[in-house]
Amino acid sequence: MSAQREIAIVAFHQSPCQASAGAANEVELIMPELRAVFDQVGLANAQDVDFVCSGSCDYLQGAAFAFVAGVDALGAVPPIRESHVEMDAAWALYEAVLKIRMGHADSALIYGFAKSSPGELPIVLSQQLDPYYLAPLWVDTVSLAALQARLMLDAGLITEGDMAEVVKRSRRNAMTNPLAQLAGETSVADLLAKPHYLSPLRRHDCCPVSDGAAAMIIATVEQAKAWGMPYVRLSGIDHRIESHNLCLRDLTDSVSTRKAAAAAGMNAGAVDVAELYAPFSHQEIILSRALGLGEDTRVNPSGGVLAGNLMMASGLSRIGEVFQRIVAGEAGRGVAHATNGPCLQQNLVAVLEAA
Amino acid sequence: MTDVDVLSEAFELGFTYTRSTGPVMGRFLTALRDKRIEGIRASDGRVIVPPMEYDPETAAALDEFVEVGQEGEVMSWCWVSEPRRAHPLQQPFAWAMIKLDGADVAMIHCIAATDEAALHTGARVKVRWADEPRGHISDIACFELAGVAP
Repeated sequence: MSAQREIAIVAFHQSPCQASAGAANEVELIMPELRAVFDQVGLANAQDVDFVCSGSCDYLQGAAFAFVAGVDALGAVPPIRESHVEMDAAWALYEAVLKIRMGHADSALIYGFAKSSPGELPIVLSQQLDPYYLAPLWVDTVSLAALQARLMLDAGLITEGDMAEVVKRSRRNAMTNPLAQLAGETSVADLLAKPHYLSPLRRHDCCPVSDGAAAMIIATVEQAKAWGMPYVRLSGIDHRIESHNLCLRDLTDSVSTRKAAAAAGMNAGAVDVAELYAPFSHQEIILSRALGLGEDTRVNPSGGVLAGNLMMASGLSRIGEVFQRIVAGEAGRGVAHATNGPCLQQNLVAVLEAA
Repeated sequence: MTDVDVLSEAFELGFTYTRSTGPVMGRFLTALRDKRIEGIRASDGRVIVPPMEYDPETAAALDEFVEVGQEGEVMSWCWVSEPRRAHPLQQPFAWAMIKLDGADVAMIHCIAATDEAALHTGARVKVRWADEPRGHISDIACFELAGVAP
């Protein structure tokens, strides 16, 4: 295994976070994103990359093997080498990285997509829980996050004001993000004056439901240079998972995030920017603390997923956001985080560096 | 505009196979049918309820069952003011992490209470059994505050 093959991110694009994509189907959400990344590199189609990997969730479409329909967006004739993860597309990126590092591909297209609006997302996601003890109760993901927030509040680790501060900063940062769904100036006092939704959470502590897709192209550094593309080095990527038994975990911390960050080499240098996949305000605080981020790091300059959450693609988008800021010269080194599962069960950390 | 006939057909997504719940989960669920709650002792001595098949630290198979109490303490909770249709209770209720007496690890279930103000972390709750237990997690219909008349 040639583990030393360096990975370059060369292109990224995501759709706007829309509360509802209307009549557009999943393929119609994916296709513009694929076209955008192909055009960024000057490729014709999926035939021009060695490997394709996608991330999505069949439960959101409500049919087994629904992800196969997404392949229609690729035009997979003649046959292509293609794979899929039933996870956020950040994990599809992870698979593609392994494929390139093993020398089985020199370039890869990654995409993630979901149209979450037609269903009742928190209830759909309840079915990812333990199938005997929790899924039959239909305990939803927002409620589980609320239990986590209460643990933090009771332990004095955060205040509701701290949570509102996260939301205020997200909304403000999102004002410069044209793809965001929720943006604007607000104040901690205004936010705290809002009623509880799922106490102790208020509605604004929870990310919105958004439809959309995102796509990325990665390659070996040699291939990126051959394409003549500006690129960003993906210097490290790692993911860790915690127990499915929520009551066995310390929900006020994210041990798996800290381990993934260490394994990805985050601590080898300064972190100018961090994009964290925190679907709930208190989770951004958990993640920032687990990663040890200080005042030198800009956290979620895009607004993060509190401003718009593309299920199955927001993790990949966190990596894409950091990629874009490094390419633009706004940052030299950054960290992107992705999560899957209830209460930050599984976490991926990627480290990106200017070439 | 004339009325348009909308074609519709019921569709139920399901996997129509059955499987055994095995010696650990199966024993727990069977005990629920008899209105008893059994946990399992992990390698570090902690009692986990509902029981896990494998030790969370060592991955060793676990088989030492321990009956635990039907009352416990609320470790965390949230108030569902607008229950969803799929939820087990249709009146406002709480989801909670409840550590049963004799257990070392909490379990997640729902609590029926009159309102949010009636609950607090550390509150004592007790099991309310379903009218006809059938060996399912919902045999615990919900928890309710201990010492409060239903």
